[in-house]
Amino acid sequence: MISEILQQLINGIALGSIYALIALGYTMVYGILKLINFAHGDVYMVGAFAGYFAVTSFHWGIMPAFLFAMVVCAILGVSIERFAYRPLRMAPRIAALTTAIGVSFLLENLGVIIWSPTPRAFPQVLPLKIYEGIYQRFGVIVNNRQLVILSVSIGLMILLQFIVNRTKIGMAMRAVSFDRETAWMMGVNIDYVISFTFAIGSMLAAAGGVLVGIYFNRIDPLMGVMPGVKAFVAAVLGGIGSIPGAMAGGFILGIAEILVSAFIASTYRDAIAFAILIIILLVKPSGIFGTLTREKV
Amino acid sequence: MLDRLGKFQYPFLIICIVFIYGINLLSSYINPYYLQIIIFSGINIILAVSLNVINGLCGQFSLGHAGFMAVGAYLSAFLTYYYKVPFPIALIAGGLASGIIGIGVGIPTLRLRGDYLAIATLGMGEIIRVVLFNLDIVGGARGFPGIPKYTDFFWVYLIVMLVLLSSYNLLKSPQGRAILSIREDEIAAEAMGVDTTRFKIFAFVFGSFWAGVAGGLWAHYLQFLHPSSFTFMKSVEILVMIVLGGLGSIGGSAVSAVFLTFLPEALRYIKVIFNTTVDPRMVIYSLLLILTMLLRPQGLIGGYRRKVRDQ
Repeated sequence: MISEILQQLINGIALGSIYALIALGYTMVYGILKLINFAHGDVYMVGAFAGYFAVTSFHWGIMPAFLFAMVVCAILGVSIERFAYRPLRMAPRIAALTTAIGVSFLLENLGVIIWSPTPRAFPQVLPLKIYEGIYQRFGVIVNNRQLVILSVSIGLMILLQFIVNRTKIGMAMRAVSFDRETAWMMGVNIDYVISFTFAIGSMLAAAGGVLVGIYFNRIDPLMGVMPGVKAFVAAVLGGIGSIPGAMAGGFILGIAEILVSAFIASTYRDAIAFAILIIILLVKPSGIFGTLTREKV
Repeated sequence: MLDRLGKFQYPFLIICIVFIYGINLLSSYINPYYLQIIIFSGINIILAVSLNVINGLCGQFSLGHAGFMAVGAYLSAFLTYYYKVPFPIALIAGGLASGIIGIGVGIPTLRLRGDYLAIATLGMGEIIRVVLFNLDIVGGARGFPGIPKYTDFFWVYLIVMLVLLSSYNLLKSPQGRAILSIREDEIAAEAMGVDTTRFKIFAFVFGSFWAGVAGGLWAHYLQFLHPSSFTFMKSVEILVMIVLGGLGSIGGSAVSAVFLTFLPEALRYIKVIFNTTVDPRMVIYSLLLILTMLLRPQGLIGGYRRKVRDQ
């Protein structure tokens, strides 16, 4: 029993690190624009497909494919912001949200038309290796893919923390999310900072997409819908706008989901995220790491 | 009160009912294919107008209309199928059940500022679908067949009329003004003494009630229900209707609901002409959403209405 729980925890952490990577993009964009970027889940899908084509069509190795997917998604994210969100930055919130839904739907349905809705098998770029020693001692199966997912995502998160807290552009990002107008008056180039935020968020989503391809071996044009929404729930759970919060929220959500599908019923797997959302909104709407802010005129 | 009708509202209502009843008597002479499109248009008008009260008038963002529809559809079908409950009562029960779920979702999310409602309603729609998939008494994943066919032209357009009338009356009432003020500026509304949470929940429950009723009509027309009919796609379809018709314009959303019900039928011919199996409908919908918001945020039809103030 213990080993089974431990096993599910390991699976949950692997899934959770993907959610955390996607949630980071949501939380950064929300922190700066106060906009739920519904298209973010689909950027993650495009990332998975970019990785897939880099491996199958260009016959690249895993590292170049990884970088290729990140670059493609950074360009995609920046252009979405430039052409769909920037013209509406001063418009009522509901207009930007509607556009975000439109962009998300456009990406999904173009994906369905161009790549067909049938799932594809992601090439086995990383031969599966199971660590026998750990299995014999603790009775849990750990494979190298889980370790790759975990180490890549933690590495990217540390890099992100460094960028946000230790560099000049990171300081500008924090300033814009704190108070856009004042930051602008202090000479921060708002447009550049927002584009940069979208680029970083989309790169993390692309990394998540390629990792999911490696881990679950299966990609399709609608794969971004559910993880996208769940990652947003993870961002809310951790406190929207907070980067450590998004990471924690992603891990908690991944673990909760795997535990529910292992010990209660796998059919309720998709429902648990939203149950968590309702509970967190009732109990502590600012999230685990969030600070309560009063909206002022 | 309907401004232009004033005290003639009730005589007008009776004339409308007689008129709808008259057309209903003739409905057997209408080509069944067209009759079906006309009935779906009516159901879509109900859905679009009720969503417009939430999204357009109150400025909140609900993405769960398909979920509310599912609740109304399944509950009313359950009542008429198992307990032979009279059709109008089943419709009202379906609407009330949606409204109660609306309260349950609305209270935790609407007391907060921001867009939590969008994600919460999206999630609620998914939860409802998951639950319906696992509920054996209404067929679960096999679907729910054999629902009696009660929906006809009369019932659909009677309810269309009630929705339009109640929405217009709401718009002109003090409560409606409070709801509008929340859309325009929530902080100012609160400062003027509007209980914003209460009116947001009121608008949300009003919309979800009518969505439930529309679901009941839908169930008793198709005579078959399946959880996969109520996906997020369906909610977005209704969203496209109100965006195209103009957020906050009741008449506009009714017109665009009819237009978007006919559009897929027209697209059928295009698919035949170009000899393709690709369904361009969803791509067109998403482009419509983006382009309308970028180029004409007041909607294609609702242009005469005052523009929503930029903030």
